[in-house]
Amino acid sequence: MIRIENISKRFKKLQVLDNISVGFEKGQVISLIGPNGSGKTTLIKSILGMVKPNSGKIFVGEKIIDTDPAYRKIIGYMPQIGRYPDNMKIGQLFSMLKQIRKTENNQTDEELIKKFELEKIFDKPMRTLSGGTRQKVSAAIAFLFDPAILILDEPTAGLDPLASEILKQKIIAEKKKDKLILITSHILSDLDEITTHVMYMQEGKMQFFKDIGTLQEETGELRLGKAIARIMKGDLINTNWIDKMFEPKNDEKIY
Amino acid sequence: MLKLSRYVLYDILRSKIVIAYTIFLFAVSLSMFQMEENSSKAMLSLLNIVLIVLPLVSLVFTTIHYYNSYEFIELMSSQPMSRTRILLSEYAGVAISLLSAFLIGVGIPVLLLAPNDIGFALLFSGVCLTLVFTSIAFFAAVIARDKARGIGFALLLWFYFALIYDSLVLLILFSFSDYPLEKITLLLSALNPIDLGRIFIMLKMDVSALMGYTGALYKDFFGSGTGILFTTGIMLLWIIVPLWLAVRKFRKKDL
Repeated sequence: MIRIENISKRFKKLQVLDNISVGFEKGQVISLIGPNGSGKTTLIKSILGMVKPNSGKIFVGEKIIDTDPAYRKIIGYMPQIGRYPDNMKIGQLFSMLKQIRKTENNQTDEELIKKFELEKIFDKPMRTLSGGTRQKVSAAIAFLFDPAILILDEPTAGLDPLASEILKQKIIAEKKKDKLILITSHILSDLDEITTHVMYMQEGKMQFFKDIGTLQEETGELRLGKAIARIMKGDLINTNWIDKMFEPKNDEKIY
Repeated sequence: MLKLSRYVLYDILRSKIVIAYTIFLFAVSLSMFQMEENSSKAMLSLLNIVLIVLPLVSLVFTTIHYYNSYEFIELMSSQPMSRTRILLSEYAGVAISLLSAFLIGVGIPVLLLAPNDIGFALLFSGVCLTLVFTSIAFFAAVIARDKARGIGFALLLWFYFALIYDSLVLLILFSFSDYPLEKITLLLSALNPIDLGRIFIMLKMDVSALMGYTGALYKDFFGSGTGILFTTGIMLLWIIVPLWLAVRKFRKKDL
Protein backbone atom coordinates (compact mmCIF):
# COMPACT_ATOMS: atom_id res chain seq x y z
CA MET A 1 0.00 0.00 0.00
CA ILE A 2 2.87 2.30 0.72
CA ARG A 3 6.05 1.97 -1.29
CA ILE A 4 9.05 4.13 -0.57
CA GLU A 5 11.86 4.25 -3.10
CA ASN A 6 15.25 5.71 -2.25
CA ILE A 7 14.09 8.77 -0.41
CA SER A 8 16.63 11.12 1.11
CA LYS A 9 16.07 14.28 3.07
CA ARG A 10 18.62 16.77 4.27
CA PHE A 11 17.96 19.66 6.66
CA LYS A 12 20.94 21.97 6.13
CA LYS A 13 23.92 19.83 7.16
CA LEU A 14 21.92 17.10 8.85
CA GLN A 15 21.06 14.05 6.79
CA VAL A 16 17.70 13.10 8.30
CA LEU A 17 16.72 10.38 5.85
CA ASP A 18 19.42 8.53 3.98
CA ASN A 19 18.34 6.56 0.93
CA ILE A 20 15.44 4.66 2.48
CA SER A 21 13.52 2.07 0.47
CA VAL A 22 10.77 -0.02 2.00
CA GLY A 23 7.30 -1.35 1.25
CA PHE A 24 4.34 -1.73 3.59
CA GLU A 25 1.33 -3.93 2.86
CA LYS A 26 -2.16 -3.99 4.30
CA GLY A 27 -2.72 -6.12 7.35
CA GLN A 28 0.66 -5.15 8.72
CA VAL A 29 1.22 -3.26 11.94
CA ILE A 30 4.64 -1.71 11.65
CA SER A 31 6.51 -0.42 14.65
CA LEU A 32 8.88 2.29 13.62
CA ILE A 33 11.60 2.26 16.22
CA GLY A 34 14.77 4.24 16.67
CA PRO A 35 16.49 6.71 18.98
CA ASN A 36 15.43 10.36 19.11
CA GLY A 37 16.38 12.17 15.95
CA SER A 38 16.70 9.01 13.87
CA GLY A 39 14.26 10.31 11.27
CA LYS A 40 11.06 8.46 12.25
CA THR A 41 8.83 11.50 12.32
CA THR A 42 10.42 12.87 9.15
CA LEU A 43 9.68 9.59 7.38
CA ILE A 44 6.05 9.75 8.51
CA LYS A 45 5.76 13.37 7.47
CA SER A 46 7.21 12.54 4.07
CA ILE A 47 4.48 9.96 3.54
CA LEU A 48 1.91 12.58 4.50
CA GLY A 49 3.43 15.13 2.15
CA MET A 50 4.26 17.50 4.98
CA VAL A 51 7.98 17.17 4.36
CA LYS A 52 9.19 17.18 0.79
CA PRO A 53 12.11 14.75 0.30
CA ASN A 54 15.14 15.93 -1.68
CA SER A 55 15.10 12.80 -3.80
CA GLY A 56 13.21 9.53 -4.19
CA LYS A 57 9.60 8.54 -4.72
CA ILE A 58 6.75 7.59 -2.43
CA PHE A 59 3.71 5.65 -3.63
CA VAL A 60 0.53 5.44 -1.60
CA GLY A 61 -1.99 2.95 -2.95
CA GLU A 62 -0.11 2.58 -6.27
CA LYS A 63 -0.20 6.33 -6.87
CA ILE A 64 2.90 8.47 -6.63
CA ILE A 65 2.38 11.35 -4.23
CA ASP A 66 2.82 14.77 -5.73
CA THR A 67 0.72 17.89 -5.58
CA ASP A 68 -2.68 16.18 -5.58
CA PRO A 69 -3.79 15.94 -1.95
CA ALA A 70 -6.55 13.39 -2.69
CA TYR A 71 -4.39 10.40 -1.70
CA ARG A 72 -4.64 11.50 1.93
CA LYS A 73 -8.29 10.47 1.94
CA ILE A 74 -7.25 6.95 2.87
CA ILE A 75 -4.87 8.06 5.63
CA GLY A 76 -5.63 8.84 9.25
CA TYR A 77 -2.88 10.64 11.11
CA MET A 78 -2.34 11.21 14.79
CA PRO A 79 0.42 13.76 15.42
CA GLN A 80 2.94 13.69 18.24
CA ILE A 81 1.74 17.05 19.57
CA GLY A 82 -1.82 18.07 18.84
CA ARG A 83 -2.59 21.75 19.21
CA TYR A 84 -5.80 23.24 18.01
CA PRO A 85 -7.19 26.77 17.68
CA ASP A 86 -7.65 28.12 21.20
CA ASN A 87 -11.26 29.18 20.97
CA MET A 88 -12.50 26.33 18.84
CA LYS A 89 -14.75 23.87 20.64
CA ILE A 90 -14.12 20.15 20.43
CA GLY A 91 -17.47 19.54 18.77
CA GLN A 92 -16.69 22.19 16.16
CA LEU A 93 -13.36 20.58 15.38
CA PHE A 94 -15.07 17.31 14.61
CA SER A 95 -17.85 18.89 12.56
CA MET A 96 -15.28 20.93 10.63
CA LEU A 97 -13.27 17.82 9.77
CA LYS A 98 -16.44 16.02 8.72
CA GLN A 99 -17.26 18.87 6.38
CA ILE A 100 -13.80 19.03 4.90
CA ARG A 101 -13.45 15.32 4.50
CA LYS A 102 -16.78 14.13 3.21
CA THR A 103 -16.90 10.35 3.03
CA GLU A 104 -19.25 8.27 0.97
CA ASN A 105 -22.64 8.04 2.68
CA ASN A 106 -21.15 10.10 5.52
CA GLN A 107 -19.94 7.10 7.44
CA THR A 108 -17.70 7.89 10.34
CA ASP A 109 -16.17 5.77 13.05
CA GLU A 110 -17.02 7.47 16.32
CA GLU A 111 -16.09 4.61 18.61
CA LEU A 112 -13.15 6.45 20.15
CA ILE A 113 -15.19 9.61 20.69
CA LYS A 114 -17.64 7.53 22.70
CA LYS A 115 -15.06 5.48 24.58
CA PHE A 116 -12.98 8.51 25.53
CA GLU A 117 -16.23 10.23 26.55
CA LEU A 118 -15.41 13.27 24.45
CA GLU A 119 -19.06 14.03 23.77
CA LYS A 120 -19.48 15.31 27.31
CA ILE A 121 -16.90 18.01 26.68
CA PHE A 122 -17.94 18.86 23.13
CA ASP A 123 -18.64 22.50 24.01
CA LYS A 124 -15.36 23.10 25.82
CA PRO A 125 -12.88 25.32 24.02
CA MET A 126 -9.62 23.63 23.03
CA ARG A 127 -7.45 25.91 25.13
CA THR A 128 -8.92 24.56 28.37
CA LEU A 129 -7.93 20.97 27.62
CA SER A 130 -5.07 19.10 29.21
CA GLY A 131 -2.34 17.54 27.11
CA GLY A 132 -3.81 14.08 27.60
CA THR A 133 -7.30 15.11 26.54
CA ARG A 134 -5.89 16.78 23.45
CA GLN A 135 -4.10 13.54 22.70
CA LYS A 136 -7.45 11.72 22.96
CA VAL A 137 -8.95 14.21 20.51
CA SER A 138 -6.05 13.60 18.10
CA ALA A 139 -6.58 9.86 18.34
CA ALA A 140 -10.31 10.16 17.75
CA ILE A 141 -9.63 12.30 14.67
CA ALA A 142 -7.17 9.78 13.22
CA PHE A 143 -9.74 6.98 13.40
CA LEU A 144 -12.76 9.12 12.51
CA PHE A 145 -12.91 8.44 8.78
CA ASP A 146 -12.23 4.73 8.96
CA PRO A 147 -9.07 5.11 6.82
CA ALA A 148 -7.25 2.20 5.20
CA ILE A 149 -3.91 3.48 6.47
CA LEU A 150 -3.35 4.68 10.02
CA ILE A 151 -0.24 6.61 10.95
CA LEU A 152 0.22 7.12 14.67
CA ASP A 153 3.14 9.17 15.98
CA GLU A 154 3.78 8.37 19.64
CA PRO A 155 0.12 7.54 20.26
CA THR A 156 0.32 6.52 23.90
CA ALA A 157 2.66 9.24 25.16
CA GLY A 158 0.69 11.38 27.60
CA LEU A 159 -2.33 9.12 27.82
CA ASP A 160 -3.41 7.65 31.13
CA PRO A 161 -3.27 3.84 31.43
CA LEU A 162 -7.00 3.49 30.87
CA ALA A 163 -7.07 5.61 27.72
CA SER A 164 -3.90 3.97 26.53
CA GLU A 165 -5.57 0.56 26.86
CA ILE A 166 -8.68 1.75 24.98
CA LEU A 167 -6.46 3.01 22.16
CA LYS A 168 -4.53 -0.26 22.07
CA GLN A 169 -7.73 -2.28 21.82
CA LYS A 170 -8.89 -0.01 19.02
CA ILE A 171 -5.62 -0.53 17.14
CA ILE A 172 -6.00 -4.30 17.50
CA ALA A 173 -9.57 -4.10 16.21
CA GLU A 174 -8.44 -2.09 13.19
CA LYS A 175 -5.63 -4.53 12.56
CA LYS A 176 -8.21 -7.29 12.21
CA LYS A 177 -9.92 -5.24 9.52
CA ASP A 178 -6.82 -5.71 7.37
CA LYS A 179 -5.58 -2.16 7.62
CA LEU A 180 -2.05 -0.88 7.40
CA ILE A 181 -0.98 0.67 10.68
CA LEU A 182 2.26 2.52 11.19
CA ILE A 183 3.25 3.34 14.77
CA THR A 184 6.25 5.08 16.25
CA SER A 185 6.79 4.75 19.95
CA HIS A 186 9.49 4.64 22.54
CA ILE A 187 7.34 2.57 24.84
CA LEU A 188 8.13 -0.82 23.39
CA SER A 189 5.99 -2.73 25.87
CA ASP A 190 2.95 -0.97 24.38
CA LEU A 191 3.82 -2.28 20.96
CA ASP A 192 4.38 -5.86 22.06
CA GLU A 193 0.89 -7.24 21.52
CA ILE A 194 0.07 -5.40 18.34
CA THR A 195 3.15 -5.34 16.14
CA THR A 196 3.60 -7.63 13.15
CA HIS A 197 6.70 -5.96 11.74
CA VAL A 198 9.55 -3.88 13.09
CA MET A 199 11.37 -1.20 11.17
CA TYR A 200 14.44 0.02 12.95
CA MET A 201 16.02 3.34 12.05
CA GLN A 202 19.22 4.98 13.11
CA GLU A 203 20.72 8.28 11.97
CA GLY A 204 18.41 8.44 9.00
CA LYS A 205 19.24 4.96 7.75
CA MET A 206 17.00 1.95 7.89
CA GLN A 207 18.88 -0.70 9.84
CA PHE A 208 16.38 -3.50 9.29
CA PHE A 209 12.78 -4.30 8.47
CA LYS A 210 11.69 -7.68 9.81
CA ASP A 211 8.55 -9.43 10.85
CA ILE A 212 8.21 -10.14 14.52
CA GLY A 213 8.53 -13.93 14.15
CA THR A 214 11.90 -13.68 12.46
CA LEU A 215 13.04 -11.21 15.05
CA GLN A 216 12.07 -13.49 17.92
CA GLU A 217 13.75 -16.40 16.23
CA GLU A 218 16.97 -14.56 15.56
CA THR A 219 17.30 -13.17 19.04
CA GLY A 220 15.66 -15.90 21.05
CA GLU A 221 13.67 -13.28 22.94
CA LEU A 222 9.91 -13.11 23.02
CA ARG A 223 9.52 -9.55 24.19
CA LEU A 224 10.05 -6.82 21.64
CA GLY A 225 12.08 -4.59 23.93
CA LYS A 226 14.55 -7.31 24.79
CA ALA A 227 14.78 -8.53 21.22
CA ILE A 228 15.63 -5.06 19.95
CA ALA A 229 18.07 -4.54 22.77
CA ARG A 230 19.83 -7.78 21.94
CA ILE A 231 20.23 -6.77 18.34
CA MET A 232 21.54 -3.38 19.28
CA LYS A 233 23.93 -4.87 21.80
CA GLY A 234 25.53 -6.84 19.02
CA ASP A 235 27.03 -3.77 17.50
CA LEU A 236 26.49 -1.43 20.48
CA ILE A 237 25.03 1.36 18.41
CA ASN A 238 23.58 3.55 21.06
CA THR A 239 24.15 2.48 24.62
CA ASN A 240 22.10 5.18 26.26
CA TRP A 241 19.01 4.14 24.52
CA ILE A 242 19.44 0.47 25.39
CA ASP A 243 19.44 1.34 29.07
CA LYS A 244 16.16 3.11 28.66
CA MET A 245 14.55 0.08 27.11
CA PHE A 246 15.52 -2.09 30.03
CA GLU A 247 13.57 0.04 32.42
CA PRO A 248 10.80 -1.89 34.17
CA LYS A 249 7.35 -1.61 32.77
CA ASN A 250 5.81 0.64 35.44
CA ASP A 251 8.47 3.30 34.92
CA GLU A 252 7.84 3.46 31.25
CA LYS A 253 6.45 6.98 31.20
CA ILE A 254 9.86 8.40 32.10
CA TYR A 255 12.03 9.24 29.15
CA MET B 1 -12.30 26.76 1.02
CA LEU B 2 -14.95 28.65 2.92
CA LYS B 3 -15.50 25.69 5.21
CA LEU B 4 -12.12 26.05 6.85
CA SER B 5 -12.20 29.88 6.81
CA ARG B 6 -15.46 29.84 8.67
CA TYR B 7 -13.95 27.98 11.58
CA VAL B 8 -10.75 30.03 11.54
CA LEU B 9 -12.88 33.16 11.58
CA TYR B 10 -15.03 31.83 14.37
CA ASP B 11 -11.93 31.05 16.42
CA ILE B 12 -10.39 34.51 15.91
CA LEU B 13 -13.58 36.48 16.52
CA ARG B 14 -13.77 34.99 19.98
CA SER B 15 -10.21 35.91 20.86
CA LYS B 16 -9.78 38.78 23.29
CA ILE B 17 -7.23 40.57 21.14
CA VAL B 18 -9.63 41.19 18.27
CA ILE B 19 -12.35 42.34 20.65
CA ALA B 20 -9.90 44.69 22.39
CA TYR B 21 -8.74 46.01 19.01
CA THR B 22 -12.32 46.74 17.97
CA ILE B 23 -13.09 48.54 21.21
CA PHE B 24 -9.85 50.53 20.95
CA LEU B 25 -10.62 51.69 17.41
CA PHE B 26 -14.19 52.54 18.38
CA ALA B 27 -13.11 54.54 21.43
CA VAL B 28 -10.44 56.44 19.49
CA SER B 29 -12.81 57.31 16.64
CA LEU B 30 -15.55 58.49 18.96
CA SER B 31 -13.23 60.58 21.11
CA MET B 32 -11.69 62.21 18.04
CA PHE B 33 -15.10 63.28 16.83
CA GLN B 34 -16.03 64.46 20.34
CA MET B 35 -12.89 66.51 20.85
CA GLU B 36 -12.82 68.32 17.54
CA GLU B 37 -15.68 70.57 16.57
CA ASN B 38 -14.68 70.41 12.95
CA SER B 39 -15.23 66.90 11.62
CA SER B 40 -12.58 67.43 8.97
CA LYS B 41 -9.95 68.06 11.66
CA ALA B 42 -11.12 65.00 13.56
CA MET B 43 -10.75 63.02 10.37
CA LEU B 44 -7.15 64.18 9.99
CA SER B 45 -6.25 63.00 13.49
CA LEU B 46 -8.08 59.76 12.90
CA LEU B 47 -6.21 59.34 9.63
CA ASN B 48 -2.87 59.47 11.37
CA ILE B 49 -3.92 56.86 13.89
CA VAL B 50 -5.34 54.59 11.23
CA LEU B 51 -2.19 54.82 9.14
CA ILE B 52 0.08 53.88 12.05
CA VAL B 53 -2.04 51.45 14.07
CA LEU B 54 -3.77 49.47 11.33
CA PRO B 55 -0.62 48.17 9.60
CA LEU B 56 1.04 47.44 12.95
CA VAL B 57 -1.86 45.44 14.36
CA SER B 58 -2.44 43.61 11.08
CA LEU B 59 1.23 42.61 10.85
CA VAL B 60 1.72 41.54 14.45
CA PHE B 61 -1.64 39.85 14.92
CA THR B 62 -1.34 37.87 11.69
CA THR B 63 2.17 36.70 12.41
CA ILE B 64 1.28 35.59 15.93
CA HIS B 65 -1.86 33.90 14.68
CA TYR B 66 0.12 32.01 12.06
CA TYR B 67 2.60 30.65 14.58
CA ASN B 68 -0.11 29.79 17.10
CA SER B 69 -1.98 27.81 14.49
CA TYR B 70 1.13 26.09 13.20
CA GLU B 71 0.23 22.66 14.59
CA PHE B 72 -3.31 23.11 13.36
CA ILE B 73 -2.02 23.96 9.89
CA GLU B 74 0.11 20.84 10.13
CA LEU B 75 -2.93 18.76 10.97
CA MET B 76 -4.88 20.28 8.11
CA SER B 77 -2.07 19.47 5.71
CA SER B 78 -2.35 15.81 6.74
CA GLN B 79 -5.97 15.93 5.53
CA PRO B 80 -6.89 15.71 1.86
CA MET B 81 -6.52 19.45 1.38
CA SER B 82 -4.05 21.30 -0.78
CA ARG B 83 -1.57 23.65 0.83
CA THR B 84 -2.82 26.53 -1.30
CA ARG B 85 -6.31 26.02 0.02
CA ILE B 86 -5.11 25.88 3.63
CA LEU B 87 -3.14 29.11 3.41
CA LEU B 88 -5.82 31.00 1.52
CA SER B 89 -8.44 29.87 4.04
CA GLU B 90 -6.26 31.08 6.87
CA TYR B 91 -5.77 34.38 5.05
CA ALA B 92 -9.49 34.80 4.49
CA GLY B 93 -10.21 34.04 8.15
CA VAL B 94 -7.66 36.50 9.51
CA ALA B 95 -8.45 39.22 6.96
CA ILE B 96 -12.19 39.06 7.51
CA SER B 97 -11.84 39.26 11.28
CA LEU B 98 -9.47 42.24 11.13
CA LEU B 99 -11.71 43.93 8.57
CA SER B 100 -14.78 43.50 10.71
CA ALA B 101 -12.90 44.96 13.68
CA PHE B 102 -11.99 47.98 11.55
CA LEU B 103 -15.43 48.40 10.04
CA ILE B 104 -17.11 48.24 13.44
CA GLY B 105 -14.49 50.29 15.27
CA VAL B 106 -13.96 53.04 12.70
CA GLY B 107 -16.65 52.44 10.09
CA ILE B 108 -19.67 52.91 12.33
CA PRO B 109 -18.52 56.22 13.92
CA VAL B 110 -17.45 57.61 10.54
CA LEU B 111 -20.69 56.65 8.85
CA LEU B 112 -22.71 58.14 11.69
CA LEU B 113 -20.75 61.33 12.28
CA ALA B 114 -19.02 62.17 9.00
CA PRO B 115 -20.61 60.35 6.08
CA ASN B 116 -18.84 62.32 3.36
CA ASP B 117 -16.17 61.89 0.67
CA ILE B 118 -13.31 62.02 3.14
CA GLY B 119 -14.98 59.47 5.38
CA PHE B 120 -15.40 56.99 2.54
CA ALA B 121 -11.81 57.58 1.40
CA LEU B 122 -10.66 56.84 4.94
CA LEU B 123 -12.65 53.60 5.08
CA PHE B 124 -11.43 52.57 1.65
CA SER B 125 -7.79 53.15 2.61
CA GLY B 126 -8.28 51.36 5.92
CA VAL B 127 -9.77 48.29 4.25
CA CYS B 128 -6.97 48.21 1.67
CA LEU B 129 -4.24 48.65 4.28
CA THR B 130 -5.65 45.85 6.45
CA LEU B 131 -5.70 43.47 3.50
CA VAL B 132 -2.25 44.55 2.30
CA PHE B 133 -0.53 44.15 5.64
CA THR B 134 -2.25 40.87 6.45
CA SER B 135 -0.93 39.60 3.15
CA ILE B 136 2.60 40.94 3.84
CA ALA B 137 2.50 39.38 7.32
CA PHE B 138 1.62 35.97 5.87
CA PHE B 139 4.61 36.30 3.59
CA ALA B 140 6.88 37.21 6.53
CA ALA B 141 5.52 34.37 8.67
CA VAL B 142 5.90 31.74 5.97
CA ILE B 143 9.49 32.58 5.13
CA ALA B 144 10.71 33.05 8.73
CA ARG B 145 11.67 29.88 10.54
CA ASP B 146 10.48 30.63 14.07
CA LYS B 147 8.11 32.90 15.92
CA ALA B 148 10.71 35.41 17.12
CA ARG B 149 12.18 35.88 13.67
CA GLY B 150 8.74 36.10 12.11
CA ILE B 151 7.51 38.82 14.46
CA GLY B 152 10.86 40.61 14.21
CA PHE B 153 10.65 40.57 10.45
CA ALA B 154 7.06 41.82 10.54
CA LEU B 155 8.01 44.69 12.88
CA LEU B 156 10.95 45.58 10.66
CA LEU B 157 8.62 45.80 7.69
CA TRP B 158 6.31 48.06 9.67
CA PHE B 159 9.21 50.36 10.61
CA TYR B 160 10.22 50.46 6.99
CA PHE B 161 6.80 51.29 5.60
CA ALA B 162 5.62 53.60 8.39
CA LEU B 163 8.80 55.48 9.25
CA ILE B 164 11.95 54.76 7.27
CA TYR B 165 10.41 54.96 3.82
CA ASP B 166 9.29 58.56 4.30
CA SER B 167 12.75 59.65 5.38
CA LEU B 168 14.23 57.95 2.35
CA VAL B 169 11.80 59.76 0.07
CA LEU B 170 12.63 63.07 1.75
CA LEU B 171 16.32 62.35 1.35
CA ILE B 172 15.88 61.68 -2.34
CA LEU B 173 13.77 64.80 -2.81
CA PHE B 174 16.36 66.98 -1.08
CA SER B 175 19.37 65.51 -2.85
CA PHE B 176 17.79 65.87 -6.26
CA SER B 177 15.81 69.02 -5.64
CA ASP B 178 17.37 70.64 -8.75
CA TYR B 179 15.59 68.20 -11.00
CA PRO B 180 11.88 67.96 -11.79
CA LEU B 181 10.72 65.15 -9.51
CA GLU B 182 6.94 65.34 -9.67
CA LYS B 183 6.47 62.20 -11.72
CA ILE B 184 8.99 60.32 -9.63
CA THR B 185 7.34 61.23 -6.35
CA LEU B 186 4.14 59.91 -7.81
CA LEU B 187 5.89 56.64 -8.55
CA LEU B 188 7.56 56.57 -5.14
CA SER B 189 4.22 56.91 -3.41
CA ALA B 190 3.01 53.78 -5.19
CA LEU B 191 5.86 51.80 -3.67
CA ASN B 192 4.49 52.26 -0.17
CA PRO B 193 0.86 51.36 0.53
CA ILE B 194 0.74 53.57 3.62
CA ASP B 195 1.81 56.63 1.61
CA LEU B 196 -0.63 55.76 -1.10
CA GLY B 197 -3.43 55.56 1.42
CA ARG B 198 -2.42 58.84 3.02
CA ILE B 199 -2.23 60.75 -0.27
CA PHE B 200 -5.52 59.30 -1.37
CA ILE B 201 -7.28 60.67 1.72
CA MET B 202 -5.35 63.94 2.01
CA LEU B 203 -6.33 64.98 -1.49
CA LYS B 204 -9.96 64.76 -0.50
CA MET B 205 -9.25 67.33 2.21
CA ASP B 206 -8.60 71.06 2.02
CA VAL B 207 -5.08 70.65 3.35
CA SER B 208 -3.93 69.52 -0.09
CA ALA B 209 -3.86 73.19 -1.06
CA LEU B 210 -0.92 73.57 1.31
CA MET B 211 1.20 71.06 -0.53
CA GLY B 212 2.25 73.42 -3.32
CA TYR B 213 3.00 72.41 -6.85
CA THR B 214 3.37 68.67 -6.12
CA GLY B 215 0.08 68.85 -4.28
CA ALA B 216 -1.54 70.34 -7.36
CA LEU B 217 -0.09 67.61 -9.53
CA TYR B 218 -1.29 64.98 -7.07
CA LYS B 219 -4.70 66.51 -6.93
CA ASP B 220 -4.84 66.53 -10.69
CA PHE B 221 -3.91 62.87 -10.83
CA PHE B 222 -5.51 61.28 -7.76
CA GLY B 223 -8.61 63.43 -7.98
CA SER B 224 -9.42 62.04 -11.40
CA GLY B 225 -11.02 58.71 -12.23
CA THR B 226 -7.67 57.30 -13.38
CA GLY B 227 -6.24 58.23 -9.99
CA ILE B 228 -8.84 56.15 -8.17
CA LEU B 229 -8.29 53.28 -10.56
CA PHE B 230 -4.53 53.65 -10.09
CA THR B 231 -4.84 53.55 -6.30
CA THR B 232 -7.15 50.54 -6.37
CA GLY B 233 -4.90 48.73 -8.85
CA ILE B 234 -1.71 49.33 -6.88
CA MET B 235 -3.43 48.32 -3.63
CA LEU B 236 -4.65 45.12 -5.29
CA LEU B 237 -1.10 44.39 -6.42
CA TRP B 238 0.08 44.96 -2.85
CA ILE B 239 -2.50 42.43 -1.65
CA ILE B 240 -1.97 39.79 -4.32
CA VAL B 241 1.81 39.78 -4.79
CA PRO B 242 2.90 39.08 -1.18
CA LEU B 243 0.10 36.54 -0.78
CA TRP B 244 1.09 34.82 -4.00
CA LEU B 245 4.74 34.72 -2.89
CA ALA B 246 3.63 33.32 0.48
CA VAL B 247 1.55 30.58 -1.18
CA ARG B 248 4.41 29.71 -3.52
CA LYS B 249 6.83 29.37 -0.62
CA PHE B 250 4.29 27.54 1.56
CA ARG B 251 3.68 24.89 -1.06
CA LYS B 252 7.33 23.88 -1.08
CA LYS B 253 7.88 24.24 2.62
CA ASP B 254 8.59 21.43 5.07
CA LEU B 255 6.12 21.62 7.90
